Amino acid sequence: MIKDLYAIYSIWLREMLRFFRLKSRLFGSIASPFFFLAFLGMGFGNGASLPGIPPGIGYVSFLTPGIIGMTLLFSATFAGLSVLWDREFGFLKEIMVSPVSRIAIVLGRTAGGLTTGILQAIIIMLSGILLGMKVPSLQGFLLSLVFMVLIATTFIGLGLAFASKMEDMSGFSLIMNFLIFPLFFLSGALFPLDRFPPVVKVLAYLNPLTYGVDGLRYSLIGASAFSPAVDFVILGSSCIALLSLGAYLFDTTEVN
Amino acid sequence: MNDITDEVKPTEVIKDAAISMRGLTKEFGEMIAVNQIDLDIKKGELFGLLGANGAGKSTIIKMLTTMITPTSGEARVWGYDVAKERKEVRSSIGVVFQDPAVDGMLTGRENLDFHGRMYGMDASCRKARIAEVLDLVDLTEKAEVRMQDYSGGMKRRLEIARGLMHYPHVLFLDEPTIGLDAQTRRYIWQYIRNMNKELGVTIILTTHYMEEADFLCDRVAIMDNGKIVALDTPEHLKDLIGSETITLETVEGKDALMQILQSFPWIKSINASNGTIELQVDHAQSRIPEIMLEANRNSAVITSVSLHKPTLEDVFLKYTGRKIRDLPGSGSSMANMMFRGRG
Repeated sequence: MIKDLYAIYSIWLREMLRFFRLKSRLFGSIASPFFFLAFLGMGFGNGASLPGIPPGIGYVSFLTPGIIGMTLLFSATFAGLSVLWDREFGFLKEIMVSPVSRIAIVLGRTAGGLTTGILQAIIIMLSGILLGMKVPSLQGFLLSLVFMVLIATTFIGLGLAFASKMEDMSGFSLIMNFLIFPLFFLSGALFPLDRFPPVVKVLAYLNPLTYGVDGLRYSLIGASAFSPAVDFVILGSSCIALLSLGAYLFDTTEVN
Repeated sequence: MNDITDEVKPTEVIKDAAISMRGLTKEFGEMIAVNQIDLDIKKGELFGLLGANGAGKSTIIKMLTTMITPTSGEARVWGYDVAKERKEVRSSIGVVFQDPAVDGMLTGRENLDFHGRMYGMDASCRKARIAEVLDLVDLTEKAEVRMQDYSGGMKRRLEIARGLMHYPHVLFLDEPTIGLDAQTRRYIWQYIRNMNKELGVTIILTTHYMEEADFLCDRVAIMDNGKIVALDTPEHLKDLIGSETITLETVEGKDALMQILQSFPWIKSINASNGTIELQVDHAQSRIPEIMLEANRNSAVITSVSLHKPTLEDVFLKYTGRKIRDLPGSGSSMANMMFRGRG
């Protein structure tokens, strides 16, 4: 048990070293959510409220929690998928042949992905505040951290599940284009879900990120489509389900 | 030639073996990669699995190191079952994989530090041990360099150091010198030997380099098509091939020379064709002066003498009916680069 904690720490530490050394990845991963936030925010302005957005809430305030969700979605899925990089570069073998339980390996990776994801999310939150979002209360901020952890863990699990079943990097762009981007657009991150036709709305309701973004909105700007309890329960359940799935598939993977 | 390749005599059962395999088999779909292997490896032994790519060497290593599970049969490493006691097996072994398995973003020291933590070594223990193993492979000065800037040989040396770091009982080396230049290979051989002889670590290595197996290993198993076709010390294996061959090129007095040679009791057989005489002889080196003396006395003119000692290559040829160099994927290092990881 103690040894496993040590291993979790070791894997987390490696993720940190890699993250801060790969400057291009650091800036690359924060750049696209930042541009979304900055240009959409400036384009629509924070003044006039858009249709479907509760009155008195500016677009930047509405958008920031959405872009935080986006940041977490991308960074967490990548963190899960980074098993593929390790497979490609052989390092996965070094991890898999050590006497560390598979669950500790999964937890170490999750801890690493969580840390880097939330770090980036907070940078986006600060950018949102600079662009006009009101500074959240301490309670609101702490509650938003809870939702951030749940969102990140959910999608680390998803990334891990895919990485465990994929032989190499060839399916990567497929996952990007047919999974991650649709999850992002269908989460209500950019505009209220009411704008979608009913069929598409159903898809949005099946998307865990929808509840994550909604929970973040409740925490940070006090306006949400669902009750925060509903957000918490649905997101929490998908978090447990996807992380378990990822851990299970990773556990059964063979390294050649 | 086939009469000897079919079955190898039952292997001796070694008590308290470092590794034992009984009926060990791995199938990938239709293909049987490893077929009913029975083999014991002694504690403290430096053991070689010799064979072409695809012979099943790496598959055996992968089963013994718990990377893949056997289809049937049983294998024990340091007394632990590779299928049922994976964690215990993993704690007992160190592995150096065929392909590099380091994190290039981290320095050599950080890679070792990561490894030590994964094996539950505490900070002071890690620090002391890292210094030791770095010194063992002469990489102390490169410890703070990121591993993406290491050469192939340096990476391999660091991996060997890492394999030893947690004091394993058994060290697995899968093609330890593949893709390395001749000089680096010599260095690596030296390190491997030192580890085995001075530290007493049991070592199992796979290789398709005959001279590597010959130089390093206490015992060698020659593999072909998932089976062991020969198993013994390199010396005994070479003895099976028989005596050494002296080849003489003559221009004059060949017949007279032949007559004299036929009277020597230590010559086992003589073959002559055109100007060439082939002699099968034991201790050939010390017989050459005698032959030259007789040739001189009988005014025979010898233009060249060559001596061929049996090599493991000859043994391999005898048991598999092929030269290892004829086989696909075992030729130049370029081809090895391209086919890496499939062995």
